[in-house]
Amino acid sequence: MNNRAIVAHKVAVGVLWASAVLTLGILVFILAYILYHGLPVLSWSFISQSPTEMGRSGGILPTIVGTFALTILALAIATPLGVGTAIFLTEYTRPGPLTRVVRFGAESLAGVPSIIFGLFGFMFFVIYLGLGWSILSGALTLAAMILPTIIRTSEEAIRAVPDSYREISFALGGTRWQTVTRAVLPSALPGILTGVMLGMGRSIGETAAVIFTAGSTLRLPTSVTDPVRTMAVHFYILAREGISMPNAYGTAAILVISILAVNFVAYWLMQRFIARHS
Amino acid sequence: MSEEGRVTREGHPKRGRRRAGLSERGVERVLTVVALSAIGVLGLITVFIFIGGLPAIAKTGLWAFVSGHKWAPGRGVFGIFPMIMGSLWVTIGALAIGVPLSLACAIFLAEVAPPKTARVIKPAIELLAGIPSVIYGFMGLVILVPLIRTHLGGPGFSVLASSVVLGIMILPTVISISYDAMKAVPEAYRDGSLALGATKWQTIVMVLLPAARSGILAAIILGMGRAIGETMAVIMVAGNATMVPGSLLDPVRTLTSNIALEMGYAAGTHRAALFGTGVILFVIIMLLSILASFTTTARGKAKVNPKP
Repeated sequence: MNNRAIVAHKVAVGVLWASAVLTLGILVFILAYILYHGLPVLSWSFISQSPTEMGRSGGILPTIVGTFALTILALAIATPLGVGTAIFLTEYTRPGPLTRVVRFGAESLAGVPSIIFGLFGFMFFVIYLGLGWSILSGALTLAAMILPTIIRTSEEAIRAVPDSYREISFALGGTRWQTVTRAVLPSALPGILTGVMLGMGRSIGETAAVIFTAGSTLRLPTSVTDPVRTMAVHFYILAREGISMPNAYGTAAILVISILAVNFVAYWLMQRFIARHS
Repeated sequence: MSEEGRVTREGHPKRGRRRAGLSERGVERVLTVVALSAIGVLGLITVFIFIGGLPAIAKTGLWAFVSGHKWAPGRGVFGIFPMIMGSLWVTIGALAIGVPLSLACAIFLAEVAPPKTARVIKPAIELLAGIPSVIYGFMGLVILVPLIRTHLGGPGFSVLASSVVLGIMILPTVISISYDAMKAVPEAYRDGSLALGATKWQTIVMVLLPAARSGILAAIILGMGRAIGETMAVIMVAGNATMVPGSLLDPVRTLTSNIALEMGYAAGTHRAALFGTGVILFVIIMLLSILASFTTTARGKAKVNPKP
């Protein structure tokens, strides 16, 4: 081993460390910057009151309600479909043309940009099905968008369940569906929930797919056929049109806190899942 | 699994088997339909984007639509060449910034990092993927744009600002997929190289990277797809002028921002032209997605090919 190779190695390792620190630094900087400017704006009235003057003053209650209504409905639609697809892929078929088609669908859908989902949702749900700008149109669009995430994580979680669980269930006379619902799914649950939480995080932060499907009204919704403005859309409009920087920061802070909370729960569930299966 | 299932079902007592068998078949049918949901949605997206966009493309002519330099919705002139070039520019810029940093991070996590450090950095990178794109765009708007304006000149809203923001946004995608590719390289390859007296860095460059190259390529292609498809972040920092940028400091409009900027008020042929922009974007993304799946299937065949 010559000296030059050793020096090259040392320099390279230094560069690799620097890259990792830089990436971590970017994350910390973004979070710190938003929270530093946003937290002072937050107050009970900010989250419990409706905005006035297009958001220049007042709170952001309708956008919080809108965001969570959209997200929960989207998850309610996408979770059964995603988990069902994962069960089908892992428990009910062997690899073949059909699974290839299913997988191609999920993988391609994962790569479709959110603005395309927005266009599609507008054309299909808003106009063609006549749902208008509404929570329902927005949630269906988001459901389509997060479906691949839920399929992939659920499939991984179900595959990680040891075969012995299934064998015991079959040996006790369980049918395949009984085996899935009583032996496989309970064990895979934390892993599946991780995927659901990741889908939730994506829904909360999404802008392009909901702005043309759920609308951007600031009124408090009373039913799923009402249009809403999400926090992300509200933040975008406040910041881009320069309506109110303080309120933009406040909205961003709540957005970031929600995303952090969702990701921490996802991470915690994942740790539990790994601990259970190793 | 299906083998055991079949055996068990046949071994059931008669009555139980009939009841269970019926519902079993029902469940299987329902699951088959459910499993087709993703490909069904993909089909619907394709159909409806094309229905929305083809009238405008047919009216303008495909070639005139993609090669036209003028975008003047008021006069019914729809040429998206500047946006195609805009998307290309910012994507190349994003890759130039994001790929080296991503690969360095992936190598760090896979080969160099002490386990404790890796346990902190991996979830942090996943968190980076969870931050909404409007937040990235906003950070670019309040930090990067003024910085470029004062130190490098120009309006600040530029190819450069977009590239940096997108470069950061593709980090999680490129890192996690190339990390998986590196982890999939058998330990024996590394051991062999180290046993021959190579340093760790020589092993990384001459053994690990060549062995993981198809996975790394797939990671880069998927990162490219993310950069081309990103909308809200780019709108906030790109300046959105409908002209082919002449330099890194010129403002730029991408395919995605063209759609998002004008969808709010467009109607008639104008709206169709925006869907037409979506058609072009969708076709590009699908081509990239097919390309990525090609490289991942080729992954198994990857051979180690150390340079002499």
